[in-house]
Amino acid sequence: MDIFGRLTIDSLPFYSAVAASGAAVTVLGGLAVAGAITYFGAWRMVMTRWVSSLDHKKIGIMYIMLALVMLVRGFVDAAMMRSQQAIAYNNEGYLPPDHFDQIFSSHGTIMIFFMAMPFLSGLANLIVPQQIGSRDVAFPFMNSVSLWLTTAGAGLMLTSLVVGKFSTAGWTAYPPYSGVEYTPGVGVDYWLWMVFISGFATTMTGINFLVTIFKCRAPGMTMFRLPLFTWTIFITSVLIIFAFPALTVACAMLILDRNFGFHFFTNDMGGNMMNYINLFWLWGHPEVYILILPAFGVFSEVVATFSQKRLFGYISLVCATIAIGLLSFTVWLHHFFTMGSSAKVNSFFGTMTTIISVPTGVKVFDWLLTMYRGRIIFKPPMLFTIGFLVTFVIGCLSGVLLALPPIDYMMHNTTFLVAHFHNMIIPGVLFGYLAGYMYWFPKAFGFKLNEKWGTRAFWCWIVGFYIAFMPLYVLGMLGMPRRMEHYDIAAWQPHLVVAWVGAFIILLGMICLAVQLIVSIRERNEALDLSGDAWNGRSLEWATASPAAPYNFAVLPKVESRDAWWDMKQRGVAYQRPEKYEDIVMPKNTYAGLVIGVAGGVFGFAAIWWMWWLAFLALAVIAGTIIYRASDDDDEFIILASEVKAIEDERFARLAKAPKNEMADEPGFAGESAAEPAT
Amino acid sequence: MSGVAQMTIGHRDAERYEGKDFGFWLYLMSDAVIFTLLFATNLVMDGNPAGGPTPKDVFELDRAAAETALLLLSSATFGVAAVALSAGERGKVVLWLAITLLLGAGFIYLEIDEFAGMIAEGAGPDRSGFLSAFFTLVGTHGLHVTVGLVWILVMIGQVLTKGISAPVASRLMRLGLFWHFLDIIWVVIFSVVYLPGVL
Repeated sequence: MDIFGRLTIDSLPFYSAVAASGAAVTVLGGLAVAGAITYFGAWRMVMTRWVSSLDHKKIGIMYIMLALVMLVRGFVDAAMMRSQQAIAYNNEGYLPPDHFDQIFSSHGTIMIFFMAMPFLSGLANLIVPQQIGSRDVAFPFMNSVSLWLTTAGAGLMLTSLVVGKFSTAGWTAYPPYSGVEYTPGVGVDYWLWMVFISGFATTMTGINFLVTIFKCRAPGMTMFRLPLFTWTIFITSVLIIFAFPALTVACAMLILDRNFGFHFFTNDMGGNMMNYINLFWLWGHPEVYILILPAFGVFSEVVATFSQKRLFGYISLVCATIAIGLLSFTVWLHHFFTMGSSAKVNSFFGTMTTIISVPTGVKVFDWLLTMYRGRIIFKPPMLFTIGFLVTFVIGCLSGVLLALPPIDYMMHNTTFLVAHFHNMIIPGVLFGYLAGYMYWFPKAFGFKLNEKWGTRAFWCWIVGFYIAFMPLYVLGMLGMPRRMEHYDIAAWQPHLVVAWVGAFIILLGMICLAVQLIVSIRERNEALDLSGDAWNGRSLEWATASPAAPYNFAVLPKVESRDAWWDMKQRGVAYQRPEKYEDIVMPKNTYAGLVIGVAGGVFGFAAIWWMWWLAFLALAVIAGTIIYRASDDDDEFIILASEVKAIEDERFARLAKAPKNEMADEPGFAGESAAEPAT
Repeated sequence: MSGVAQMTIGHRDAERYEGKDFGFWLYLMSDAVIFTLLFATNLVMDGNPAGGPTPKDVFELDRAAAETALLLLSSATFGVAAVALSAGERGKVVLWLAITLLLGAGFIYLEIDEFAGMIAEGAGPDRSGFLSAFFTLVGTHGLHVTVGLVWILVMIGQVLTKGISAPVASRLMRLGLFWHFLDIIWVVIFSVVYLPGVL
């Protein structure tokens, strides 16, 4: 029993040049960020204005920054796998099997838990309160705790690159392989604790947004006037609240198995490993919809704005979202048809899986019909939306194929499956979030992202996607299993080389995104969004300033129809100065969220390395912080009416300088009072 | 600050507590899913004693009955505390919360004693799938009760130092929801785990 548990000097990655350079990049990256903040003398600003902030918009921006950093890390993993498979015909390639396995495990884990989930939470935080005409989320402090616990999970992910090894059990960690008998060491424990901790954070986010959307809407904002993005976040929150417990339970049981000799999923002693797989996918399938519904929401907003037309079939889109939410709990078994359930069970889940494509099809038609007879303006968010529509339908078709148990028996665990779910997640989820990022960027920062580089990023991503993943469909047909470190079948290699070229083109897309950000910041004065309504938008987030004041709305808006902001512009009541302003109560900043997040990360690290004293200490800090916070009744402050007036006066001064309509110079602009085509 | 502003803040507070109660209900629903999955696991695994002790060998109905009595009684005493709260009687609130605390602590004592006895007999959670599932389900409930005890302690402190202010009363209401929720879970544990195991 020593104070470092099972952590020794051998845990540092000096055993392999590739692993050591990965660790070096991680450490140097962290040092570079810290150095840059020090160089610019920005620590005070970072700590007081951002880290301790309970402002939902800042929390949203921090979530998205985390997501973009993790996107880079996840992409590097993908590029390494593609390179290995492109060269590993009849040779070992450059990655040993143990390292290759860590990379495919971390790629999936990062992309789902630390890229897509924070991106989702970030967009929801940034936009939902503004869309419903609220000043904040329901629980600003819990929001901060969620952010920092998610960051703690991502921190553990990055730590695993430096101290110890990551899991080799894939992003799903199926037992018995992930059990301690076959995979001793800390890898799977890293996976378990980071998922466990960030899962808690996500559950809190789900509760927060459900209450926010239920309780904090502006007067007149009825449920059936909610913008579609808010609707999708609403259903996603419901799914989070009911699905994430299954992940928590599965992880907790595997933790007990691995660390305390329990027998939930072991081969012997009465364990039942299929129980893990059921529990995991009981969460895992709703999770797919947790990720994709908000992206559908983004597409719904973007397609209406850039078609300059009311969203077609609002009610059917809402109903389809609800239907998908319900059905998502009835299809989990299609992830393991080959488990050997009876034909009846497999047919049930196969049928349900086919049925769930119906509401998705309804949505696709609604988006197409929104574009039909609209005057489409091809800005980057719209390009991503159109690219999504075309590409996603192909993925849906391969999904319906896989939904048939006999076909699934042929294709299970082949690269056909890999091609299928990347075909859903890249256009469906990632394109959606990138569209949202480019669409709402001016709302967050007050200037637009560079269009030229955005368009280039889009073309690289979509062309790269097709070249990288279509060959995997073929390879699956040729019988190539997923996750192969090397192979001896000559016919596979040409396809894998083509896929490698695709990954390279996606790399160009990543570079375009980075260049876009840098160029946009440099040339921000040429793309200022002075009016706050950057795209001649339709929903209430465009009624606030860009970036919005801490309280979003000086006076809460009164909503009288769907597309509330568009309606206000039509009625000529937009941008009205109130006769007088009132005091506004807002939550005070606090470091308590950060403390809980850091302690959560320390707890995870200590539990992974069996430093139990440290784990208990971290838990005590968390408990103490919660009790301290729960006993503090002075957690709000007042923005005086005079201060509100000063902020708003400045906004109206900027408005006076703004063009009458931000989109008026666009070819195809339909006029700001364009009559709505009959629907 | 003007009187009007104070009134609007008061209204805002009422809405906040309503939102917090709703959020807490959602948390309880999420927690109920956790327990549901633990129950399901328990039902799947209680036929897997792996040659070790079976439910009949390890469960003592007397003890389970005593635990049930303590916990149900603590729910009733919490109810009395809630009545005192709405009557605004600070002393009684503290008294009945303290009694609830003692009853809950008695429950935890019996449970720890039960666990320690089983482990000493070689019927610990590492013995079989059945015992893993049993210890995890009942232990998770016990952990919740322990958190509840800490929470009661904190609330006694808050009532003593802050009096029955609006935020304190609002927290006590949510503590009540939590405490009664744990009672319901225990009733299910008793009827799904202990009773069929012994009968």
